[in-house]
Amino acid sequence: MKLLVCISKTPDTTSKIAFTNGNSEFDTSGISYIMNPYDEWYALVRAIELKEANGGSVTVINVGPASNDQTIRKALAIGADDAIRVNAEPKSAMYVAKQIAEQAKAGGYDIVFTGKETIDYNGSEIGAMVAEYLDQPFISYGVSLEAAGGNATVKRDIEGGIETVELATPFVVSAAKGMAEQRIPNMRGIMMAKRKPLNVVEPVAAKDPSVTVSFDLPPAKTGVKLVDPENMGELVRLLKEEAKII
Amino acid sequence: MVNTLEEKKSLKGGEFLLKDSSYKDTFIPEEMNEDQQMVRDMVLDFIKNEIYPIDARMEKLEEGLNELVLEKAAALGLLGTHMPEAYGGLEMDTNTNTVITDYFGSVGNGFTVTYAVQTGIGMLPLLYFGTEEQKQKYLVPAISAEKKVCYCLTEPSSGSDALSAKTRADLSEDGKHYTINGQKMWISSSGFADTFIVFAQVDGDKFTGFIVDGGTPGLTLGAEEEKMGIHASSTRQVFFENVKVPAENVLGKIGEGHKIAFNVLNVGRYKLGAMCVGGARKGIDLSVKYANERNQFRKPIASFGAIKHKLGEQTIRLFAVESALYRASHLMQELKHDLMKGGKSFTEATLISAEEYAMECAILKVIGSEMSDYVVDEAVQIHGGMGFSEETAVSRAYRDSRISRIYEGTNEINRLLTVNTLMKRVMKQELDFLSPAMAVQKELMEGTTTPLGEGKYGQEEKTIKDFKKAILMVLGSAAKLQMEGKLNLKEEQEIVMNISDMIMDTFVAESLLLRIQKLGELTEKPQSQEIYDAILKVYFTDMNAKIAKDGMDAIVSFAEGDAMKGLLSGLRKFTKYPPINVKKARRLVADTLIEANGYCL
Ligand SMILES: Cc1cc2nc3c(=O)[nH]c(=O)nc-3n(C[C@H](O)[C@H](O)[C@H](O)COP(=O)(O)OP(=O)(O)OC[C@H]3O[C@@H](n4cnc5c(N)ncnc54)[C@H](O)[C@@H]3O)c2cc1C
Repeated sequence: MKLLVCISKTPDTTSKIAFTNGNSEFDTSGISYIMNPYDEWYALVRAIELKEANGGSVTVINVGPASNDQTIRKALAIGADDAIRVNAEPKSAMYVAKQIAEQAKAGGYDIVFTGKETIDYNGSEIGAMVAEYLDQPFISYGVSLEAAGGNATVKRDIEGGIETVELATPFVVSAAKGMAEQRIPNMRGIMMAKRKPLNVVEPVAAKDPSVTVSFDLPPAKTGVKLVDPENMGELVRLLKEEAKII
Repeated sequence: MVNTLEEKKSLKGGEFLLKDSSYKDTFIPEEMNEDQQMVRDMVLDFIKNEIYPIDARMEKLEEGLNELVLEKAAALGLLGTHMPEAYGGLEMDTNTNTVITDYFGSVGNGFTVTYAVQTGIGMLPLLYFGTEEQKQKYLVPAISAEKKVCYCLTEPSSGSDALSAKTRADLSEDGKHYTINGQKMWISSSGFADTFIVFAQVDGDKFTGFIVDGGTPGLTLGAEEEKMGIHASSTRQVFFENVKVPAENVLGKIGEGHKIAFNVLNVGRYKLGAMCVGGARKGIDLSVKYANERNQFRKPIASFGAIKHKLGEQTIRLFAVESALYRASHLMQELKHDLMKGGKSFTEATLISAEEYAMECAILKVIGSEMSDYVVDEAVQIHGGMGFSEETAVSRAYRDSRISRIYEGTNEINRLLTVNTLMKRVMKQELDFLSPAMAVQKELMEGTTTPLGEGKYGQEEKTIKDFKKAILMVLGSAAKLQMEGKLNLKEEQEIVMNISDMIMDTFVAESLLLRIQKLGELTEKPQSQEIYDAILKVYFTDMNAKIAKDGMDAIVSFAEGDAMKGLLSGLRKFTKYPPINVKKARRLVADTLIEANGYCL
């Protein structure tokens, strides 16, 4: 089974978020990065488990500059066999999806995994776009995935329940919580990571039709007003006149 | 002892006091390579995933959990990173091992002790002194955590004076086994250990190491001790009543148990210093977060100068000790590397490098544990009443930290040892103390002064030279009186303590300077150089005052009249670091953490 896992690099969850350049760019100063948890904990680990059960290989792919290599090597330490880095700034979802699709096409993978979203921009777009470029089915929000002999069963999260889907490979799936459990790389894995192939390829020309105009931070939290439980009239007045929600 | 060092510019153990060091030769944590960062993150992930979820149960010492976590750590290869590949280890370099131990220090419960016992005082006697069969039988399963190990040295009547142990071992007439009788006390991990490293007097007077299997008839355990802290660690008495141990389970040579005990302790001390660093980093992180979150007088308490002082000072002390830790680690690593190149085995090289830097290891233990106690004490204070509540992590951290000043040799013993080791090496002419001490005498007579160094840190370079001169002057004069029979330092421990503190503070201050000089050349670093400079200058201001005070206390305790006046005037000359606005500098450091809402250096 040939498996491809898309991994991206996201700011650490404790990062302070700020913007520069007229609020149109994310301020990266002082930010430390991690592998996007949905990619690492669920997509990558499930792919490795499938390889362990069925044989085959797990390749990880990232679109980004050389400074992403450290994140990529973590994926190799956890258990991926090799990696591809498309040497380009990940400008937009469509651009990234095009780059991944090119590599996926060339590699002929049975399943392409993405995380259900990245924890920074929360786009949830790449998987669907890659599937479209590849002309393959796309299953989003997978919480479990069983695959063998060209067939797969994916359970996916839907509002208020679970939907079970059966389909044949190849396809693209996005992984949500539940598909696997975080794996900590072991010492040997870490020592081996540098010896595994990390192939750097140049991007193909691709459209980048959208432009980010600006980002806005949510309004800062304001203080809390305490209302005496005996004074419901005051609460109603505040909700009406100040909060303007009733 | 070690000739390799003669050819290299690396410092010998204790030699930092007698020679200049260059920042180019040191290692700083900001230089951690990608693998080391990955290893660090892995340790933190391990703690988060495998320890935090069962933390409350571990704190109650629920049966089986220490073993379980050890086994999980072993499965990831975490217990053998400092062990030879031939026995299932990974032979990683010393600095990477320091990173692992450092970050294991942040566990937040007594598992730190379990980990340190298994990988340190548990495995090392087997590695250093075990025969090939003993290594296969006991070391291999210790690295894989199939066997849990404990180390039985202390007895009810022998703690610091460990060699006076009363437990005895007598050889059977047929020479096939020893019979051990006696009692050990305060034995960490004994509640679940499979392998007991035991020290006993053969024929009542030959101090010797043994390997005893758990479950051997006659070996029994006392109840769990009710301890002030590290509740997650098992600590019991171990009783030996006619315990028969096969003769092949003697560890090392008969009568050479002290070699095992001392060599193992060198590494144990450095490891403990490393864990204190990791624990303190976490204590500061909790302090900053709470200070930002807690409002009084309608402001976060982090906005008050008194609290900023604490956050700044906690950080400065940690940062300084951390610099010393990685510097010493790198010295050991370099020596080990050279020894292995020269044909020594991994094991021999590990043993010799720790022995060479025994003094630095003792220093790390003392400064690490005292820094950690300071940090957790202030962490409780920053938390106010909540800090006194068992609901907060700092309350436990405060109790857990306290043991570090007691075990692995009390801090008093390690202070004595620091000066004794230095003097012994001087006597054996392994270190040239005399020429630099004479140079100081000459300088005092001629009234010359140390010139400022070149570059941005010229003042600090001069100050370090001066601190060393102060030590050479005080220790040199005391030693001279001792040789003339006018002073018996053995009976004047207060003086030795003063001198020991001067030595330790100088080691740390110099390590800090080297780190900050090296940071000055790094383009990518967590903070701007201004913050590091603030740390450096506050620390030097403080150490200048401390060394002046310790030096004065020592001098007035052994000198009189003109001699005393001369020494005091020399001391003044050597402790002239120009003080800076420490309030402003500490605030700068504290504000950096407050802004980041956590430890961020
Ligand atoms: C929780 C815990 C876990 C431990 N784990 C282990 C273990 O796994 N294995 C093991 O073998 N031991 C262990 N120990 C024992 C520990 O190493 C000893 O407690 C320590 O060495 C001190 O010995 P002591 O308690 O007998 O104190 P003492 O030696 O009685 O010391 C009492 C005080 O006198 C001072 N003192 C003693 N001698 C001198 C001197 N010559 N000059 C100046 N001051 C002196 C000491 O510094 C101390 O302040 C543990 C102890 C504790 C509390």
